[in-house]
Amino acid sequence: MERLKSIHEFERLQERLVIDRDPNVPTIVIPAGTCGQASGANDLIRVTKRELLNKKWVDKIHLRITGCNGFCQMEPSVLIEPQRTFYPKVSPKDMIRIVDALAKDQVLEGLLYVDPRTGSPIEKQEAIPFFKSQVRTILSRNEKIDPIRITHYIENGGYSAMAKMLALGKPEWVLEEVKTSGLRGRGGAGFPTGLKWEMLARQPNGHGKVLVCNGDEGDPGAYMDRSVLEGNPHSIIEGMIIGAYGTGASEGVFYVRNEYPLAIKHLLIALRQARELGLLGEHILGTSLSFEIRLVRGAGAFVCGEETALMRSIEGKMGEPGQRPPFPVQKGIDGRPTLINNIETWANIPIIIGSGAQDFAKIGTKQNAGTKIFSLVGKIKNTGLIEVPMGMTIKEIVDEIGGGPATDAKLKAVQTGGPSGGCIPTNLFDLGIDYESLTQAGSIMGSGGLIVMDEKTCMVDIAKYFMNFLQEESCGKCFPCRKGTQRMYEILDDITTGRGTLESLDLLEELATTVKDTTLCGLGQTAPNPVLSTLRYFRNEYLEHILHKRCPGGVCKELITYSINQNCTGCHVCLRNCTVEAITGTKKEIHRIDPAKCIKCGFCRSLCKFNAIDVI
Amino acid sequence: MVMLFINGLEVSVEEGTTLLEASRFYGFPIPTLCHMEGLSPYGACRLCVVEIGEGSKAKLVTSCTYPTLEGLRVRTASSRVVNARKMILELLLASCPQSKTIQDLASAYDVRQQRFKQEYEDCILCGRCIRVCEEQMMAKAIGFRGRGKKRDLGTPFDLHSEVCRLCGACLYVCPACQLRCTYTTPEEAICGGCANLSPPCLKKEGFEDMMCFMEPCVACETKKD
Repeated sequence: MERLKSIHEFERLQERLVIDRDPNVPTIVIPAGTCGQASGANDLIRVTKRELLNKKWVDKIHLRITGCNGFCQMEPSVLIEPQRTFYPKVSPKDMIRIVDALAKDQVLEGLLYVDPRTGSPIEKQEAIPFFKSQVRTILSRNEKIDPIRITHYIENGGYSAMAKMLALGKPEWVLEEVKTSGLRGRGGAGFPTGLKWEMLARQPNGHGKVLVCNGDEGDPGAYMDRSVLEGNPHSIIEGMIIGAYGTGASEGVFYVRNEYPLAIKHLLIALRQARELGLLGEHILGTSLSFEIRLVRGAGAFVCGEETALMRSIEGKMGEPGQRPPFPVQKGIDGRPTLINNIETWANIPIIIGSGAQDFAKIGTKQNAGTKIFSLVGKIKNTGLIEVPMGMTIKEIVDEIGGGPATDAKLKAVQTGGPSGGCIPTNLFDLGIDYESLTQAGSIMGSGGLIVMDEKTCMVDIAKYFMNFLQEESCGKCFPCRKGTQRMYEILDDITTGRGTLESLDLLEELATTVKDTTLCGLGQTAPNPVLSTLRYFRNEYLEHILHKRCPGGVCKELITYSINQNCTGCHVCLRNCTVEAITGTKKEIHRIDPAKCIKCGFCRSLCKFNAIDVI
Repeated sequence: MVMLFINGLEVSVEEGTTLLEASRFYGFPIPTLCHMEGLSPYGACRLCVVEIGEGSKAKLVTSCTYPTLEGLRVRTASSRVVNARKMILELLLASCPQSKTIQDLASAYDVRQQRFKQEYEDCILCGRCIRVCEEQMMAKAIGFRGRGKKRDLGTPFDLHSEVCRLCGACLYVCPACQLRCTYTTPEEAICGGCANLSPPCLKKEGFEDMMCFMEPCVACETKKD
């Protein structure tokens, strides 16, 4: 495509793209983000292409390959437009039927999503409970766009926020809009974005200012940034161009972890296309704005998501946090003023500029405007990426979107904010999710992981898991962080193996407070959160481990024994499958587990259909 | 000049002074391990923490790296500060009990117990050796490697570095390894001297000719004969 030389040329291109598209042509949308591809979306794409070619329906039915739609549990899924029919967990054989049915304008009832509560099938995507309660301002764009085609983004209103801003020609207006919107940094700390931008705009422009997109998403179980970058890379590029105009920056850096190959691939394609079209580089759309973006791949250290460590990593040094002040906005990469925002924050910018700050501020609560993407995982029925307005209660998220507990076991807590976050018990489920209330409850917003846990989860074990993660991912610079996380892990390990004492509990608390107080960066300061929050809400479980050497969740192997109760029908299933031959018994009689041989793997329990295996 | 309050005392210092320098100048002692005059501040040991700010915004920062700011209120020995230092010293004692420096500091802060599993490490990863090698010796022969509990330091690939001049400055500045002639138990009180003089952080091969700053050292003289 030819380089666009003026705002007018861009608008003409956009108009032409919209006119050329016929919204009534049936389109098969296949989400093929990393999650989709892992569950077989590539096979569906292959089958669909073959069918369309063989049957010469290429003009009659269109195919669009997009990023993740969020309902990861139902991948690989297919969406039919414009009818908006949603088919979950589609097999390649079903795909052939779907294509045939679409040609005849039919809906395959048998393949539709079935609501587990009512048992009745639901046709439209919007009617599915998982999608119904969400406000999808960012994620809804994923399904409209093929991330490797810039034309898709432009015809869906992409880059028009940028064109609108350039036509207006007032950088101060951009700053004012972002400030009015009330957008706060989505990376976790929740610093007001407009304020940060204004601080950068006020810095003297010595050797050029730098904008950074922080794509180093390292929390276990969190992948919302990956999905946005995979599904809609242009929205982030547009956000950064708007940021460059508002703050006077001349260079942008994408810092993306190398573990996200698909995101990097899509991003590189997007950058090339934007450059070719004249949306990046010297004199964007013929205006005085010049902005270039480069990509730096992170080597996957958790700590490099911290902004000072991230800057050092970009400079090519070891990823180690540094002293603030001076803040990055004053002295950042190579001494130049640097502004760092998270992927989700950047993705919000075109929406704010495009549809107005006032509209954006209306979503969510007063102090916490807009939506937030969470990755909802754990022991609930529907797992996946969700986008909800700020201030929505945990209860609504877990019950309505998540569909409630996955098994008969009651829910116990939800863990927010990844390894640096904390656990919130069910009696606080009426808490609206925003930065302040989560911090008050002893957790953090973090980048947005929500892990739901039920009664069969041991809270001490959870704290131990996160502490193990942190003792490996701490950069090791601050002595109390490096040794403190290691010592906390040791104490937790003692407790879960029955060697804990009441004194060790005091020591654990004392140590956790010191680590929180004395460390340099966000990682260290929040590292004790898993310990402190579980101690605050689930102290009983700790005491149970220490005083009675029992694990209420039935998780800590040293403290539990497996036995078979009266429900046993003697079906032999457990006996046949026990890998260490610890189960004995004759057919149709109650079996027995030999505790000396049992390795407590839990396989028998997962196989038993009669609930006959107890864990004490 | 910057005006600030240290422990309630109004003081003024030149711009660019760190809190540690200012506090020490006005006679408020602050313990340090990783700090050394002539080397850039690093803030790894966290012993030099002081409390700044008021009310709910009060926080601990390392005085060696924190700049003096106009009107800042600093407390160098509040109970929060002292408790934090005590816990850090306890952690240090648990990992590196042989170091005379750490023993002395612990004693000065009345740390009388050590409740963690005892380890016997030689290095606290304070980074003094790395900084002296880079900033004063202009060699950059050693550096940090890895992260988290696997973090350690040494030459690239543990091979004898071509840029290492065996100057021994790294040994000289080490705050943790003053153990050599000062073992704690009587039977080990005989000077182990140069028998131990391989930098704990470096492999011994290739460093036999390392210069020794522990003079006069009998053990060394004896070995030469």
